[in-house]
Amino acid sequence: MTSLLDSDDEVMLRDAARGFLDSNAPVAALRANRDEGRAHDPVLWRDMAAMGWAGVLIPETAGGADMGHRAAGILAHEMGVTLAASPFLSSAVIAATTLRHAAGARAHDALAGIAAGEVTYALAVDEGPKHAPERSALSAERAGNGYRLSGAKTFVADGASAGRVLVLARTSGTPGQAAGLSLFDIDADRAGLSRRPLDTVDARDHARLDFDGVEATGDDLLGEADDAMRLLRPALEAGQAALAAELAGLAGGISAMTLGYLKERRQFGRTIGSFQALQHRAAHLWAETEVTASAIANAGRVLDETPDDATLAVSLAKARATRTADLAVREGIQMHGGIGMTDDHDAGFFMKRARVGAEWLGDYGYHAARVAAARGF
Amino acid sequence: MTTAASDLETFRAEIAGWIATACPDGLRNRPMNEDRIVWGGRRWVFDDDDQRIWLERAIDKGITAPRWPVEYGGGGISRAHEKILREEMTRLGAPPPLESFGLWMLGPALLAFGSDEQKARHLPPITRGEIRWCQGYSEPGAGSDLANVQTRAEDMGDHYLINGQKIWTSYADQADWIFALVRTDREAPKHKGISFLLMDMESPGISTRPIRLISGKSPFCETFFDNVKVPRENLVGEVNRGWDIAKYLLTHEREMIGGGARGLLGGRSLGAFLGDLGADVLDDPVIRAEAMAAEVDTLAFAMTMDRYKDRAEAGSGVGDASAMLKYYGTELNKRRYELLMTAAGSDALQWDGPHGALAPEWLRTKANSIEGGTSEVMLDIIAKRVLELPGA
Repeated sequence: MTSLLDSDDEVMLRDAARGFLDSNAPVAALRANRDEGRAHDPVLWRDMAAMGWAGVLIPETAGGADMGHRAAGILAHEMGVTLAASPFLSSAVIAATTLRHAAGARAHDALAGIAAGEVTYALAVDEGPKHAPERSALSAERAGNGYRLSGAKTFVADGASAGRVLVLARTSGTPGQAAGLSLFDIDADRAGLSRRPLDTVDARDHARLDFDGVEATGDDLLGEADDAMRLLRPALEAGQAALAAELAGLAGGISAMTLGYLKERRQFGRTIGSFQALQHRAAHLWAETEVTASAIANAGRVLDETPDDATLAVSLAKARATRTADLAVREGIQMHGGIGMTDDHDAGFFMKRARVGAEWLGDYGYHAARVAAARGF
Repeated sequence: MTTAASDLETFRAEIAGWIATACPDGLRNRPMNEDRIVWGGRRWVFDDDDQRIWLERAIDKGITAPRWPVEYGGGGISRAHEKILREEMTRLGAPPPLESFGLWMLGPALLAFGSDEQKARHLPPITRGEIRWCQGYSEPGAGSDLANVQTRAEDMGDHYLINGQKIWTSYADQADWIFALVRTDREAPKHKGISFLLMDMESPGISTRPIRLISGKSPFCETFFDNVKVPRENLVGEVNRGWDIAKYLLTHEREMIGGGARGLLGGRSLGAFLGDLGADVLDDPVIRAEAMAAEVDTLAFAMTMDRYKDRAEAGSGVGDASAMLKYYGTELNKRRYELLMTAAGSDALQWDGPHGALAPEWLRTKANSIEGGTSEVMLDIIAKRVLELPGA
């Protein structure tokens, strides 16, 4: 496998992304989004699309940049550093991977729409408080030539703002079975679909989606009926790897802020960063960050090189990133002291996003169990 | 596939075939522990013929020191080739034919700092397992504060006269030669008056005394120097610049000790190892949860070792960040052994019980985060040199 070190091209991509996000999507932009009541800034997404980020996983024939999963991870990492809010994960990573595996003319057009930054997607998969795709109960009953969808999805990322929804529905079998699930690609404005924004702590777009006899045609079905996992597994793994990268970036972002504070804040007549009690904790955090960085790079490489065998690498990355981000934000708030508890300070934004990122697409236990299963226990 | 990749795959097939025929079946897939290591040296006695044959064949093939230059008995292969060699040895259950402080520490130091004469004289016997080296660093008053070494080397013209004491000298009672840090200038600041000296352990005036550890074993000694005469040509590098070599080697040692966490279970998962202890061990929800977390961290740490090796190879160096590998690897290793002990329950409490010598190994891991610089010193290094946090 290719080295886990960044290649020259990857260093350039990282530097370019960092420069752009520092000026165009600092934490202050997330604060502004929140205060103005919007999930993300459409102008920012247009600019990202113009740079090829929306098409990072989309073939050049559909107008994408086709840079691969390691590149997507690098972009997601840098977005995590500044908490940049955008449809990147839902549309450019998860939906793009789904559609790419679905193939066909319809998928090609949808991919072209994503790459151009004109179409955004949300993945409606979970129905309870924990990530569990196979537990989906939302039903898709045959009705004439098509289907009728009834049920509810919760914690749908970008669910209130996306133009289209990928919804996981049960066409046969019972909740708990991976078989019998089907994936539909429908317009978010379709009759019978109501979307209720959830006021989540990270100030991003999450929504509950209620399907009340929503009609779907056979054309809306992606891939084969009862076989959603063929498309969804790679899509979820791509999303989990990118989310892990975002969380690793988030950990780096809050850690840099905390280190800056340790070097500047004075108490007892000295810089607090000179106290060994804090130095050792900062050093331990850095060690965890470095170990996690390896798992993130590895997941990107494996998805690019042997995508059919990526479960272990992806779950390892998500598990590590979840824990590291959690440590980084807890230490960040504690070491900032009272100022870190104020809304005026940015530290809290990192903690809140880390908590959401920990749950989305599978928590620590979910992914640690997958690692264990892949390792034979 | 690129030419380089295809070259590596050719090498893999070739070396796998060689290992399969060269390594005697009796050595293959045996559980590895400290008692089975082949250290070599003048007084070495092999456990059996298989060990001797495997070493002889490995010497001929040049794989006891795979990356050292061929002229000094090495294999002259690249890091990428060496990695494949190690992977294939692990896969085929072949143990390292030879391990020693000469291979791990002195060799790299001489290759970086030694004169041509020193390299030609000392390296080949290391690769052939003829001379066993030990490391004389720590002293009773110089543990974490290593630069405080007080063992004196007085310049007597044609030789140095050594007086003082070392402690925690690994296997000094079985070693043929020692490389040591000695004070050659007592007036200079402490880091600037240290030199790196090679001494024959048979020199008059050197004596050793084993130290019994909590594990019941005595891998370490006290070493005493009483008017020991050492020829001038045994000084490595420049006089009073020994600290540079010491730092270089400490970096090396940290990477090595940190790496121990991976080799331990022979590439098997912790869960598989625990499962072998008893079918129901993993039914305990606490053990299961801790095993999963330890497995996650072990895999990510192994990737980190690879990433840092690639970084060192790429020439950008690892430097002070090696303190992280040492810290993380040793703490992880301790955690894994605590888990094994808990999982094995009372079966693990005998010195040599149903699962072998688990208890002594468990106790031995406690030294991992002390030797070669304590975890606390590693965190200090990270805080000050990597994170650039201010001093008091």
